[in-house]
Amino acid sequence: MSVAKTTYNDKVVRQFAVMTVIWGIVGMLVGVIIAAQLVWPELNMGFLHFGRLRPLHTNAVIFAFGGCALFATSYWCVQRTSHARLWGGPLVPFTFWGWQIVILLAAITLPLGITQSKEYAELEWPIDILITLVWVSYAIVFFGTIAKRTVSHIYVANWFFGAFIIAVALLHLVNSAAVPVSLTKSYSVYSGVQDAMIQWWYGHNAVGFFLTAGFLGMMYYFVPKQAGRPVYSYRLSVVHFWALIFTYMWAGPHHLHYTALPDWTQSVGMVFSLILLAPSWGGMINGIMTLSGAWHKLRDDPILKFLITSLSFYGMSTFEGPMMAIKTVNALSHYTDWTVGHVHSGALGWVAMVSIGSLYYLLPKLFGKTEMYSTKLVTTHFWIATIGTVLYIASMWIAGVMQGLMWRAVNTDGTLAYSFVESVKGSYPFWAIRWLGGVLFLSGMLIMAYNMFKTMAGGKIQDIPVFVPAGHHA
Amino acid sequence: MSDFVSGFWNMYVIVIVLVSILACALLLYMQGKATFTPGKTMGHVWDETLEEYNNPMPKWWSWLFVLTVIFALVYLVLYPGLGDFKGVLGWSQQGAHKIEVAKMDATVKPLFDKYLAMDVKAVAGDKQANEMGKRLYLTYCMQCHGADARGAKGFPNLTDSDWQYGGEPEQIKESLVNGRMGMMPPHAQLGADTVKDLANFVRSLSGLPNDSVRAAKGKEAFASAGCLGCHGADGKGMHAVGAPNLTDKVWLYGSSEATITETINKGRQNKMPAWQEFLGDAKIHLLTAYVYSLSQGAK
Repeated sequence: MSVAKTTYNDKVVRQFAVMTVIWGIVGMLVGVIIAAQLVWPELNMGFLHFGRLRPLHTNAVIFAFGGCALFATSYWCVQRTSHARLWGGPLVPFTFWGWQIVILLAAITLPLGITQSKEYAELEWPIDILITLVWVSYAIVFFGTIAKRTVSHIYVANWFFGAFIIAVALLHLVNSAAVPVSLTKSYSVYSGVQDAMIQWWYGHNAVGFFLTAGFLGMMYYFVPKQAGRPVYSYRLSVVHFWALIFTYMWAGPHHLHYTALPDWTQSVGMVFSLILLAPSWGGMINGIMTLSGAWHKLRDDPILKFLITSLSFYGMSTFEGPMMAIKTVNALSHYTDWTVGHVHSGALGWVAMVSIGSLYYLLPKLFGKTEMYSTKLVTTHFWIATIGTVLYIASMWIAGVMQGLMWRAVNTDGTLAYSFVESVKGSYPFWAIRWLGGVLFLSGMLIMAYNMFKTMAGGKIQDIPVFVPAGHHA
Repeated sequence: MSDFVSGFWNMYVIVIVLVSILACALLLYMQGKATFTPGKTMGHVWDETLEEYNNPMPKWWSWLFVLTVIFALVYLVLYPGLGDFKGVLGWSQQGAHKIEVAKMDATVKPLFDKYLAMDVKAVAGDKQANEMGKRLYLTYCMQCHGADARGAKGFPNLTDSDWQYGGEPEQIKESLVNGRMGMMPPHAQLGADTVKDLANFVRSLSGLPNDSVRAAKGKEAFASAGCLGCHGADGKGMHAVGAPNLTDKVWLYGSSEATITETINKGRQNKMPAWQEFLGDAKIHLLTAYVYSLSQGAK
């Protein structure tokens, strides 16, 4: 007698996985365009100028590319590590279609200049409400599946995914609170320095939870899976998890050093940003050390190359971040391209690379294959992406430090040694190198898309039965 | 002045900051006391293969964590952070700024004072003063008047011999000190036909191609509509009210019939900001001399 076994819901994972690659290409293409607009200003045409396209780039890469990657991997991980099918019925497809509509609305409204003018929270209030609905559904699906788990312990990856989902809901609701005056215009309920502080409490935690905690969840599933090794230290994951999610909440004021923000708030933000160093490195150590005893696998496994390199960039940018939060360093780095480089060492080096590695693990399994269409192309993608990232951040370091030094240089008579435009002129060659780095990274994504569609072609999609642990009576 | 509306919030900040920092240390300490079995797993398995080693946290990492906590506490003793407590160093960003400005002012004051005591024309002839003036110009004036000081539409060229408000040192200084409010009133009420006549007359004044019949009618309207009140009977303008000379080749907004028609119909408003409060006597004196020097080569 055979009983129909429960299967995993991988359809939604497939949808999100494919859209991750598509939105990655779109978002990075816009990034390449705005990088080109800085080098060749005549490319600012009509309303498609830098000011309109820049928020489109950030929203597309963070929420479309990063968001889809998080949905795909968290849905895969929570089912596998709960040994249960995704819970929530129609809410599951709603999270996919709802999120895609949010992205499309962003792609329409941002170029039209419809914006709340809050960085990384530009979308106007009707879209904010849709985001809320999708996000609450996501939380119900995720935690519903956790509640349904058939193993007693909750796997570490799910702590991070769970924290990411709860914190993002909180951040979004508080920061986007606004009074609507029309369908396309609203005013923030906060004003002055309080508004700035709320915005950067949101802004830094968008980095801390959306772009860090969520992707650490990804790391905790795919690194041990691909390495075939146990996670290095359970205790380290406990300490760095709680310390990370607790401390990130305090770090926002470092975005407002030397402003109208009171001195005490700046200091508190700065010291907690420094305390954040060890909890951040805890994740890097736990990921990289998971590979100890299996280092040889790095040589010919391009997926591990992506994952371990992403952790290296994560370690580097979470060292750089606390350093830049120190007021003395910030006085030099603030408002310069150094910040842009720092963000991209996290965004390209960490977020994109860990997503790409995880997707290369997932795609064959999602489409009934044993491996990607071409492993060689995965290796090519890895090298192109790495070189692109290094070109990007190195050029921005040089440009940023140069700008900071030029802006503060004074002559013996007290006048500024350089006018602002001279620092712009000096930045040109580095902006060109940054553009080239972006082009390389985008090319890697195009290779990935080709490889993905080739892998999908002819694949026989099969529903995979939920794995029942040995000794477990289902 | 306190940053808080009541003593409660002051205490709240102090307590919550200290408790939070110490909680980080406590978390590390408590978890460090767990029993470790290096190289052995915790005994849980997820998804067939996922396990966790019961390894201790790396020592160097724990020390790094402790060091940042100690740094935080020391920093909050030295600098403002714990509510209204100002820190034992008494540092504040406003204070730091004032000290830096005062230090720089003390260094450069003798230099600026030397030129402030000199006549503008003499300063204009001084090489070092000119370099200083140029740097000031590139910092404060370039955004509107351009890096080469040749202006842009709506922003006067400073290198020619044409001056709306006069090019003598006192007049340039007055423009810098108090700024200027340019106001050409709109004249659309004269009717499209008359405005077209006026535009043709204005073009005729500087020898630009025009409809001579309309220009002749425009000349009458120029007098009857009151244009000459500001631009003068000869159209050569008036420095006192900033009315431009209409007979030369210099056009602030453009010389095409369409642009002139727009100027007459809608009028023009323009503004040079006042700089006295921001820059002070010494810098304005140097800038006056620099701007004055720019036009001395022009005929």
